[in-house]
Order: sequence, then C-alpha cells, then structure tokens
Amino acid sequence: MGMTITEKILAAHAKKKKVEPGELIIANIDIALGNDITAPLAIQEFESLGLKKVFNPGRICLVPDHFTPNKDIKSAEQVKILRDFAKKYKIKNYFEIGQMGVEHALLPEKGIVCPGDLIIGADSHTCTYGALGAFSTGVGSTDLASVMAIGKLWFKVPESIKFVYKGKLRKWVSGKDLILYTIGLIGVDGALYQSMEFTGPVIEKLSMDNRFSMANMAIEAGAKNGIFIPDDITLEYIKNRVQRPYKFYNSDKDAKYSKIHEIDVNNIEPQVAFPHLPENAKGVSKAGKISLDQVVIGSCTNGRMEDLRIAAKILKNRKVSSNLRLIVIPATQNIYMQAMKEGLIEIFINAGAAVSTPTCGPCLGGHMGILAKGEKALATTNRNFVGRMGSPESEVYLAGPAIAAASAILGRISSPEDLT
Amino acid sequence: MRITGKTWKYRDDVNTDEIIPARYLNTIDLNELAKHCMEDIDKDFIKKISKGDIIVAGKNFGCGSSREHAPLCIKASGISCVIAKSFARIFYRNAINTGLPILESPDAVSGIETGDNLTIDFLTGEIYNKRTDKTYKAKPFPPFMQEIISSGGLMGWVKKQ
Repeated sequence: MGMTITEKILAAHAKKKKVEPGELIIANIDIALGNDITAPLAIQEFESLGLKKVFNPGRICLVPDHFTPNKDIKSAEQVKILRDFAKKYKIKNYFEIGQMGVEHALLPEKGIVCPGDLIIGADSHTCTYGALGAFSTGVGSTDLASVMAIGKLWFKVPESIKFVYKGKLRKWVSGKDLILYTIGLIGVDGALYQSMEFTGPVIEKLSMDNRFSMANMAIEAGAKNGIFIPDDITLEYIKNRVQRPYKFYNSDKDAKYSKIHEIDVNNIEPQVAFPHLPENAKGVSKAGKISLDQVVIGSCTNGRMEDLRIAAKILKNRKVSSNLRLIVIPATQNIYMQAMKEGLIEIFINAGAAVSTPTCGPCLGGHMGILAKGEKALATTNRNFVGRMGSPESEVYLAGPAIAAASAILGRISSPEDLT
Repeated sequence: MRITGKTWKYRDDVNTDEIIPARYLNTIDLNELAKHCMEDIDKDFIKKISKGDIIVAGKNFGCGSSREHAPLCIKASGISCVIAKSFARIFYRNAINTGLPILESPDAVSGIETGDNLTIDFLTGEIYNKRTDKTYKAKPFPPFMQEIISSGGLMGWVKKQ
C-alpha cells in the first residue's frame, strides 16, 4: 500500500519508512511560528522550563500581526514580550512593524517555509503553507512552547480525503470560491482530524496565490492540514525565495484515502458564505438583496497580489457606495509596495477606500474596522462566526475579492456581472 | 477521580470566538479572561455558573482559532469538565496540554439537559445522570495522551524528554 504526501512528510520527519493513519508519532519540526496573541503564553510556558536556549533560533518565527500596530497598552505589552524574547534568544525571524506582514502571507514570501517541511504554528491558519506541498498545522501555545524547547512534537497521523477538481473555472471564480464551495459541501467538521488533499486538472493550473487561499481555509472544515502536490508553479514561486534544501513529495498512485470527492467546477459560481459559519456557502446569484455597511479586502486568505489586482480591476474608475466603508489591507509590506508600483493603491484611494498597513486587525474583530450592533460586513477573510468582526449582533459574509469589490461599489452583495 | 456538577448545555460548533472573543485577547491574565468566558454565546454565563459546573455541547466544540486562552479561561471560570459529541482538533490538543478535563460521548450529550446533575468518574470514563438514572461511557484516551495527562500536561511531559 502506498502513502499520501501527508503520510510521506510525517514519516520522513519521524525518521520512519512508513506511517499509517491513526499511528502516534514524534516528529522533528522544521519551522515553528507564534504571533502576538499566542506567543506570550508560549513564552511564559517555555520560561517555566528554565532552559538557556531554544532548540534552534533560526527555525522559530515570531510575527506580531494581530493587534499591531499596537492598538492599546495591553497589546503593546504583549508585543514587547515577543520582542524581548526574540532579542534574548537570538530569534532571527522576528518581524517588526515596517517589515512585518500577516504571518501566513509573510512566511512563504520570505522563503522561510519550504516544500516538504513539517511546520507548526500557534495560529489555526498555519495550514496555509500546505499550498507549497508542506505538512503544516495549527497548534496551541503549549505545543509551541514544547517545540521551542525540544524541536519535536507528537502527532496522530491523519487519514486523508482527496478532492479532485475537474472542468473549467467560470469567470470571477477563484481559489476562495472553490474552498467555500468545498466547505459548503462537507461542512465545518467534514474533514475533522483529517488531511485535505487538493488535486485535479483545475488545481494543476491554479496559481500559488489561489492555492494559498484554499489551503488557508482547510481548518474551516476541521482539517488537520490542507495540502497540494508541488509542481512547476510551486517551483517558480520558491525560486529566489527559498535558501535551504527542500523536497517535493507526491502521493503514491495506490495511496489510501478515507474518501474521494470529485468536484465539477463548471457549475460553480462565485460563492458567499452566510453568517455564522463558513459552511453556509451559496452562489452569489442566490444571495438575495443584502445591503452592507462594510467591505474588507485583505487577510491571510485574500490579501495577496492577485487578490488586490482583481479588486483594483473592478474598482478602477468606479466609486465605493456612499452607504459603505471599504477597507483594503495588503497582507505584507512587499505586497503593499508592489500594489503601489502597479497603481493599485491609487485606484483604491480614488474609489474611496481606506488602505491600511498590513495587519490581521478587523478579521478577528481586533481593530481597524470593528462592526457596530446590527451592521453587516462582507470580507475576503476566513471566518464569519458570531461577533467575529465586532458586536455579537453584527454579521459577516465571506467571499473572494471579485465579489467584495463589486459589493463595495453597489453597497449590497453583488457580482461584478451586476456592474454596468 | 470523581466529580459531581450541574450542567449547562450548548449547541453544535461552539467556536473559540464564542468561548473567548478575540477582543479580550490582549492579555494572558487568566482571571481577566475568565470574566468573559462563553460571553458571545451566553452573555450571562459567568454570572450563573458555580464552581464545579459542567459544560455539555454538541459536535465540533472549540472549532476555529488555535487560542489556548479558550480551554484556559473555561478552566479558570471554575468549570470542571466539558462533555461534547466531538471536539475540534486544536481545542482537543489544547485541553489535554493545559489540563482541562474533556470527555467525548455523543450518547451522554443526547441524554443530558441543562440543569442535570452528573457524576463523572475520570478513571473509567463513566458519566452518571441523576435525573434519568442513566450511565454513559465516554471514549477512553489513548495511552500516549494518558501519559501526557499523568505528567501534568505537555510541559510536564517535555521535562521528562
């Protein structure tokens, strides 16, 4: 019996020839990540061990991105814990304001995470790096603390579900629409404890930015990881970024899957996930008339170059509805700079959007765009839980950048096809 | 170890934003976090519970973010145990790592209502509901996880490595 890509990466990091679903292993970690919410707890736990050094200062990343630029005194204290820890233990990959970005856009961009890696992060969207053909999963602060100490962590080898996407993508349909459709299909615990492997002719042609947004939301189906088979598109992306040895793994032809879903993309239209779960996805034509108070374009799901280009294409020479606020957040400083060079920032500002420095900010109801009671927002982010963006009596709708831009212009949930 | 407590029952897919909203995550002070436990699913939760009470919930409890503040604030609020039909993966790990007792038992959850008095034996995984006079058995933890629990959580286990 062959192995899936996920099983192969886990086996290699546990120094085993073979692993099987359900098996408990202790595996070596290539990269461990924490942010300004999760790292302070991890640091507190780590320091309780009384160790003089971390397992490898080059393999730990600390990214203060959630409440930064510091939104209040308490947040400033949290970030200071990260900064002081990074200095004390000579952590190379600490990213200060001015260089930082939203962690899951930043680490691939900097070439820190590589194909074939085993990555853990104290952030649930750490599954994003599966887009590179790495095994990458979210954990808690105590898990992060233990990895900072010994460079290893225990895992239960997950079963894998294979998703095969076939057909031709319709206009305005992106990776975000494919993943929202998929979560709608299997539910928010449809892949609980399992690996989601994204394959098929549609995926083989899908750009890296779209792959990142799909892998990012694997956790929204309860998955342990989401993963893509690395190929020439991956190679092109990591070229000039990755500086250390990496490995491309592939699933064997006779690998075992707990389930195989074949998805015909011909009939998938741009999706909108209704409150209050990502599984409440429907085609935009079935959304009905829903007026909005705010639109957010950004986040670790959709704050990358391609997302901004799509949004700018739609917003060019148009104005944001006077009943609504549009907030655009490039996910990293590099993306911000590139968007400026391409004239996208000018398009956003001319349209009447607020453009923010990179931050997770509004996605988790932190700052930079909080909703009042009764308000509705559409966001290119990944969660629409109760109170996610502010008041527990507000609502969040999830969609890709095309729907977000069109909705910002018309003031209600709309498709670019609705624009005259 | 046996505990007895009164139950508070919730629906499927209770997420970590409901357990502890992100707007309070600018601190790691557990007493401060406990004041807002379950606030976005039940705003009076902290006022009505007593020490030793038990949370009972449907499938996929603790879905969403990886914030360990979720099991930590449940524990700090005085809740003695969470029983659910199933737990989201990261919450499950975090609960074990931080020593919040959790039990998985779809049958028990179906047979429990808010206000029931339960007696739980953590060694056998038996859950007794006084109102219905029924006993349910939760899934036992795999031996490796029992080792983490008996080491006093993950950091205790790490110290042994």
